[in-house]
Amino acid sequence: MTVLRLKSETIPVTAGQSVLDALLAHGVAVPNSCRSGVCQSCLMRLEDPSVEIPAAAQAGLKVSLRVQGYFLACSWQPTADLAVALPGEGLDFHTTVLANEDLGAAVRRVRLAVPEGFVWRAGQFLTLLRNDGLARSYSIASRPEDGWLELHVRRIPGGAMSGWLHDVVQPGDAMTVRGPFGECFYTTGRGEDTLLLAGTGTGLAPLLGVLREALAQGHAGPIRLFHGAVSAAGLYLRDELASLCARHANVRVQPVVLHAEGACDECVVGALDEVLLSAAPSDWRTARAWLCGDPMLVARMRKRLFMAGLSNRSIFADPFVPSAPA
Amino acid sequence: MPTLYEQLGGEPAVQELTERFYRKMLADDRVSDFFDDIDMDRQLAKQKAFLTMVTGGPNHYTGKDMRTAHAHLLQRGLNDSHVDVVVHYLGETLEELGAPAEAVATVRAAANSLRDDVLGRR
Ligand SMILES: Cc1cc2nc3c(=O)[nH]c(=O)nc-3n(C[C@H](O)[C@H](O)[C@H](O)COP(=O)(O)OP(=O)(O)OC[C@H]3O[C@@H](n4cnc5c(N)ncnc54)[C@H](O)[C@@H]3O)c2cc1C
Ligand code: HEM
Ligand code: FES
Repeated sequence: MTVLRLKSETIPVTAGQSVLDALLAHGVAVPNSCRSGVCQSCLMRLEDPSVEIPAAAQAGLKVSLRVQGYFLACSWQPTADLAVALPGEGLDFHTTVLANEDLGAAVRRVRLAVPEGFVWRAGQFLTLLRNDGLARSYSIASRPEDGWLELHVRRIPGGAMSGWLHDVVQPGDAMTVRGPFGECFYTTGRGEDTLLLAGTGTGLAPLLGVLREALAQGHAGPIRLFHGAVSAAGLYLRDELASLCARHANVRVQPVVLHAEGACDECVVGALDEVLLSAAPSDWRTARAWLCGDPMLVARMRKRLFMAGLSNRSIFADPFVPSAPA
Repeated sequence: MPTLYEQLGGEPAVQELTERFYRKMLADDRVSDFFDDIDMDRQLAKQKAFLTMVTGGPNHYTGKDMRTAHAHLLQRGLNDSHVDVVVHYLGETLEELGAPAEAVATVRAAANSLRDDVLGRR
C-alpha cells in the first residue's frame, strides 16, 4: 500500500489516485480547482528531494518552483511512498481590494493593491485564495507600471468565487493571492510581428494585458484583437478598446458574436475560430497568437492556427478551465 | 560521428520535425481521429522528447512506454495500417528536413521495431 506522509500523518493512496484526491479523501484541505494540471491551485511541495517528480506533475511550473520540489497534487498518481507538505505561507502574498466596479456583461473589474515583491507580466494569471481555502485563477489585465492588479471576473451562475467577488467583496477588504503563473504574456523582440489575440468573455483580461504591454513596448506590427461572445450583450470594455484603436493605427479590434440578434454595427456574426482564421497573415513565421477563455474554443483555435502553419511555439494560450466537481 | 540530432540541426530542427510530422498526422483522415481529444500542446512536447531521444539528442524521455501509451487506442481500432502511416510520415518529414538517406532508414527501422509494442503484441 502506497502512503503519503504529511507532517505527522500517514495517508493511504489507492492505485491510480492522485495526491490531491488522497488528501481530500482524508479530510486535508488542499486548495484546488481544475484538477487537470492547468490552474496550479493545488501546488504542494515534496519533502524528499531524492524522489523524481514526474514531468506531468510539474508541467507549466516555473523553474524556481520546480527546483524547490513544488508539484501539482492533482497530476501525480504516486506509486511509491512520498513525504509531502502544503506550501504554507511561503508562496502567499497579502493585498487589499482597491476597487470593484461593474463593467456590464456580468463582469466586474477588481483592482488589487500590488503586494510587495509580487512581480508579474501583464496577461499572466494568479490564484485568488479565500480564507476558507477556496482557490480560483484570474488573469491579470494590468501592467506593473499601472500600479495595481486588474482582474476581470465574470459571474458564473452558482459560482462560489465569482459570486463572492460580485456580491460581497468591497474596496478595503483583505485578499490573498499566489502567483503569478503561466506563459500568456508579450515578449520583447520581433516588433514587426503580426499579433493575433483571440478570446471569449473575460478571456479579454489577459489579451488586454498582452495588448497593453505590446503597445507600451512600441510594438510596430499589426495587432488584431478578436473578442468573442455569444451575443453583443456579452461584450464589455468596448469604449476602452475603441479608444486604443483610435490612438494606435496598428491596432484593430473585432467583436465577434454567435447570434445575429442585437449584434452591434462593428460585430461580425460567426464562430470565433472561423473569423480568426480568415485573418491569416501572409507569413506565419512572423506571427504570434494569444488565445484565452473557453477551453474548447481555445483548443480548437490552437489546432487550426497550427494546421494553417503557425508554430506551436508562437501560440500562447490560457484555457479558463472551470473547477472540477468535488 | 555526429548524432542524427546534430546532423539535423539540433533543438530547433527537432522542434520543426515534430511540428511538421504532427501537422501531417492531423491532416490525414486515416489517423487524425485518434488525436481528436488529445491536448496538442502536451502531445507535441512528448513527441519532441521522444524524437529527441531516438535521434540521439540530449533530452531524457520521461513519457510512457509504447505499450501503455497506446493500449487504450487498440479498442478504437488501432492497427498496422496506422503504424504504416506514422512510419511513412516520419520518414517523409526527415527527408524534407534534409536528413541523409541512411539516417532516414535508421529512424524508419527504429519506428518499425516498436510496432509490436504500440499494437500490444508483446
Ligand atoms: C488559467 C485560468 C485563468 C482564468 N482567468 C479568468 C479570468 O480572468 N476571469 C474570469 O472570470 N475567470 C477566469 N478563470 C475561471 C475562474 O478561475 C473560475 O473558474 C470562475 O471564476 C468560476 O469560479 P466560481 O468559483 O465562481 O464557480 P464554481 O463554483 O467553480 O462553479 C460553479 C459551477 O459552474 C461550473 N462552471 C464554472 N465556470 C463555468 C463556465 N465558464 N462555463 C460553464 N460552467 C462553468 C462549474 O463546473 C461548477 O459546476 C480562469 C481559469 C483559469 C484556469
Ligand atoms: C512506431 C509508432 C509510434 C510511435 C513511436 C509513437 C510514439 C508515441 C509517444 C512517444 C507517445 C507519448 C506517450 C506518453 O503519453 O507519454 C504517443 C502517444 C500517442 N500516440 Fe503514438 N506512436 C506510434 C504510433 C501511433 C499510431 C499509429 C497512432 C494512431 C494513429 C498513435 C497515436 C497516439 C496517441 C493518440 C497518443 C496519445 C495518447 C494519450 O495521451 O492518451 N501513435 N505515441
Ligand atoms: S492544477 Fe491541480 S487543481 Fe488545477
